[in-house]
Amino acid sequence: MSVIRSSIDTKGKTFLENTTAVEGLLDDLAEKLARIKEGGGKTARDKHEARGKLPVRERIRNLIDPGAPFLELSQFAAYGVYEDDVPAAGIITGIGPVEGVECMIVANDATVKGGTYYPLTVKKHLRAQEVARENNLPCIYLVDSGGAFLPRQDEVFPDKEHFGRIFFNQANMSAAGIPQIAVVMGSCTAGGAYVPAMCDESIIVDGQGTIFLGGPPLVKAATGEEVSAEDLGGAQVHSKISGVTDHIARDDLHALQLARQAIRNLNRVKKPNIEIRNPVDPLYDPSELAGIAPVDLRKPFDVREVIARIVDGSEFDEFKKLYGESLVTGFARIHGYPVGIVANNGILFSESALKGAHFIELCAQRGIPLVFLQNISGFMVGKKYEQGGIAKDGAKMVTAVACANVPKFTVVIGGSFGAGNYSMCGRAYSPRFMWLWPNARISVMGGEQAANVLATVREDGMKARGKKWSKKDKKEFMDPILTQYEHQGHPYYASARLWDDGIIDPSDTRTVLGLGLSAALNAPIEKTTFGVFRM
Amino acid sequence: MAAIRKLLIANRGEIACRVMATAREMGIKTVAVYSDADQDARHVRLADEAVRLGPGAASESYLKVENVIAAALSTGADAIHPGYGFLSENAGFADAIEDAGLIFVGPPADAIRAMGSKSASKSLMEKAGVPLVPGYHGSKQDTKTLSTVAEDIGFPVLVKASAGGGGKGMRVVRKKADLKDAIEGAKREAQSSFGDPKLMIEKYLAKARHVEVQVFGDTHGNYVHLFERDCSLQRRHQKVIEEAPAPGMTEKLRQAMGEAAVNAARAVDYVGAGTVEFLLSGRDFYFIEMNTRLQVEHPVTEAITGQDLVRWQLLVASGGELPVKQDDLSISGHAFEARLYAEDPDKGYLPQTGTLSHLKFADTPGVRIDTGIEEGDSVSVHYDPMIAKIIVHGADRDDALSKLQAALSKTHIAGIETNLDFLLGVSSDETFVKAKVDTGWLDRMKPPSLGWRRVTPADETSLAIAALAVINERGVAAQARAARSGDPHSPWFRTDGWRLIDRGHQDVFLRDIIDDEPLLVTAKARAGHCYDLIVGEERVAGQVLDDGGVIIDGVRMNVDVAHTGDRLTVFHDDGRCVFLLFDPADVSADEVDSGGDLTAPMPGKVTHVHVKAGAKVKRGESLLVLEAMKMEHTIAAPADGTVTELRCKAGEQVEDGVPLVIFEPA
Repeated sequence: MSVIRSSIDTKGKTFLENTTAVEGLLDDLAEKLARIKEGGGKTARDKHEARGKLPVRERIRNLIDPGAPFLELSQFAAYGVYEDDVPAAGIITGIGPVEGVECMIVANDATVKGGTYYPLTVKKHLRAQEVARENNLPCIYLVDSGGAFLPRQDEVFPDKEHFGRIFFNQANMSAAGIPQIAVVMGSCTAGGAYVPAMCDESIIVDGQGTIFLGGPPLVKAATGEEVSAEDLGGAQVHSKISGVTDHIARDDLHALQLARQAIRNLNRVKKPNIEIRNPVDPLYDPSELAGIAPVDLRKPFDVREVIARIVDGSEFDEFKKLYGESLVTGFARIHGYPVGIVANNGILFSESALKGAHFIELCAQRGIPLVFLQNISGFMVGKKYEQGGIAKDGAKMVTAVACANVPKFTVVIGGSFGAGNYSMCGRAYSPRFMWLWPNARISVMGGEQAANVLATVREDGMKARGKKWSKKDKKEFMDPILTQYEHQGHPYYASARLWDDGIIDPSDTRTVLGLGLSAALNAPIEKTTFGVFRM
Repeated sequence: MAAIRKLLIANRGEIACRVMATAREMGIKTVAVYSDADQDARHVRLADEAVRLGPGAASESYLKVENVIAAALSTGADAIHPGYGFLSENAGFADAIEDAGLIFVGPPADAIRAMGSKSASKSLMEKAGVPLVPGYHGSKQDTKTLSTVAEDIGFPVLVKASAGGGGKGMRVVRKKADLKDAIEGAKREAQSSFGDPKLMIEKYLAKARHVEVQVFGDTHGNYVHLFERDCSLQRRHQKVIEEAPAPGMTEKLRQAMGEAAVNAARAVDYVGAGTVEFLLSGRDFYFIEMNTRLQVEHPVTEAITGQDLVRWQLLVASGGELPVKQDDLSISGHAFEARLYAEDPDKGYLPQTGTLSHLKFADTPGVRIDTGIEEGDSVSVHYDPMIAKIIVHGADRDDALSKLQAALSKTHIAGIETNLDFLLGVSSDETFVKAKVDTGWLDRMKPPSLGWRRVTPADETSLAIAALAVINERGVAAQARAARSGDPHSPWFRTDGWRLIDRGHQDVFLRDIIDDEPLLVTAKARAGHCYDLIVGEERVAGQVLDDGGVIIDGVRMNVDVAHTGDRLTVFHDDGRCVFLLFDPADVSADEVDSGGDLTAPMPGKVTHVHVKAGAKVKRGESLLVLEAMKMEHTIAAPADGTVTELRCKAGEQVEDGVPLVIFEPA
């Protein structure tokens, strides 16, 4: 195999400037995350713990194998989206191994608005189920939720991708042999009652968990019957009388042990249909990625420097190295798993798109997972290129990306603009996972281009009407557009809306990809049938 | 005589291993014998060949003369070494070996016989001029004769039943005035206990020491002694720690005892290794008995003389001459031997059986370990529960003693109770340090108490080491799981608690065995197997190294931790901390199902009510019986608790779901 020789000067000005800038971004990220992890605040947390309930992340930690990793998804969900502060959208989702089986864990945080479902809570829950379904991961629901957030019922209840879809997914995953396990650790009211009821196996915490379609106030209003929550749908009721739950637990810890027991009895064997080798660390320290990640997206850098810090032994067998050089493609291994890497090294031309499509076909044919390293301002524009058919060449690459049935992973390491986002497996192309570096930007085009395009259109219109536009007026017109694009293109904005699965520290890229690849191998790698490539 | 080419060792354990070691050095092939209980024992693994003797019981295996000889014949062994114990002092065995045309590595059968009988050996020794404990064993039993004899011997004297044993009919008489009553009382007791009033009188040797002399003879009439050993430290006649030379021994006395011992050997035409045991009282010594075998404690003699006694035995058995003359022998330094046993000194030295899941000996200069057991081996019920002999050799007694203490404190054992702490306690006791021990000292002491115990309360460092060990084991277990899985290199098998833009942590729950106090260690991962260990307010930085060592707060330590079942032992300089691992989530499911009322499972008739309101009941106790569908249904207490109210009486018909008993769990 060929080894990438790094030519980065780790004492150089650019490297040090980048490092400082990225570390600044990471500090900001860590600080915001620390606040997000406080959940619903001290008062709510104290109240939660006073009832003998564990904080949601402690529940997850005690559920997964001791010391095991937990790959949390969408930590920034709902960040700055609503008037209310809804940290992590009030639901923690992620993958963690339980009894050696990678499971999707979906856990309500009752300290955040009583664990009620905001629109993004629903989206996050459904995304977790999507990840579980695509990767064939058993689901464990740690339920502690008051159900839909009623003031926004129109945004959570009726539509296809709303609350009802949760149960639709449960039923269909169960049908597909993906185990569904619920641990009722608090309220499961109304629609929420179906989470345990729709599960293959359910556990309830004595004195804490309640399940009912209508709570005591609703019952009283509807029928006049007065009944306590415990008698209506407590653990004893459901474990002894109704049979809604299968196991009763003394407390949270015990319940989590019972969930582990349930997983232990799944009789699941992971059979990756892929050739796995002994993993080797990269020759170069992944922590150097902070100095390579471009904060100024206009500054070019060789993406091979990134690849060298992600792949095993920094070994990378390039494909079509000399052709369509603005796209780097090649074979490598990450944590011993074979991958095909597709990485931007400049703007996309017809040749790069053709090369990309060819390489994706190869990987799909061979059953090799694809890793996209996105840093793309878009396809080349201009008369020459349009006449050269860049649209149909770009379409070939988009077709290849869209149809490739191997697990796909996307990491946005810089800009993600326009059709570049599509051809490099943006969210719409269903990568198994999609992560952002903190320096990343996502928008239909760069802020400056957008402002210029809009200004040109306006200026042309004014000219047609014989009006003049002062430089000052033009600047005043363009500034808000720049600000808007900067705000909306920011990773926090993207992640808050679940356009991705989370923001990662660049030095974690290899780890995160390794975990994602391993998780993806729970599902067999399928054959691909491509659509028509316009020739 | 022909040289020995293949030697069968008719023994097991450390002595079999020890004999084999010398045999191998001399180029002699070795044959082990074993019982079913020992089929994987160290002595079997060490030997060139091994032959099964029979089932575990010694009487069915190691004591089966014909089986041992058959084993020797079938393997072509030309000699048999008996070790000690088992058949080593069995004259019939020596005869049988000779009859089979093989060499017995031991004395002639006649010598064994001569020394085997206590009374006969004493009269032989008397003739040979070997000093005996003064006494009267005559037939004249009138009080006057006995009194005169006692006065001749000199007080204190021991009056005891000739037929006796076990202290019955035994009196220590310290002055003449008490003599008459004692004789008459002893006679009565002897009559009632043994049906024979016959008494004997011996000098009572208070606070005597047990000093024995190693002798050696060859078939050419040469004899030497290899100086003395002091084995006064005994408990219930079992030697605990032996040493050589005897403390306070003068050259003159040594010579006198040595000569007496050689005379004793010569008197029975002794050949090979033997030990003449004496009681030493002041400067007077008296013959007790002669052991016609290699003794357990022979290594201390080897240490101070620089000789290999097994080599001598094999040379002599092959017809060779003793390799040295008396004048060539001299004493160099001082040696101790401590006998490490699987026994519980707190429970009357009750032998212990089980698996030595953890066994580490001191690996320092001047220390010799003779053992037949390795880590993971077990101690069975069938044989002597000795684990090892820890032998040290120093420049002088103080030096040797400090080496002994160091060697004992560096011996790490888990999985089975042993006398290790007891040995260390005794060896550090002032009486022993000052060599003021007599044979009754240990037995006169208060029963060895927990004062010997070197289990210390949890300290911060030990707790950190224990937690690191648990974390490390989790990593090892995860790797093992990984190896078994279809995805063996998956990063999901990491155990450093990886989190996105955060540091994960894991908990270790332990209980200090001393106070049963639950302790929670929270370990926050840093890079490279490094953890911040948080215990209450305390924070320690800990790291596990690839070689098993740890770094605690920047200090690198070699640590030894044993994990047996749920027990974690951390060994340190001053003893060990013992922790019990526990899982706070470990609850039996039944425990949860214990509250509220007990209702009728179906419609039926209450036929019996076994409790009254207010009754305190145990879990599973029958409260009442319901008859329904021609079947009896017992309503039992779901947990320990109280019946606060009875809602039914016998004969009553009840509907299903009706509360019958209101129960409150304890």
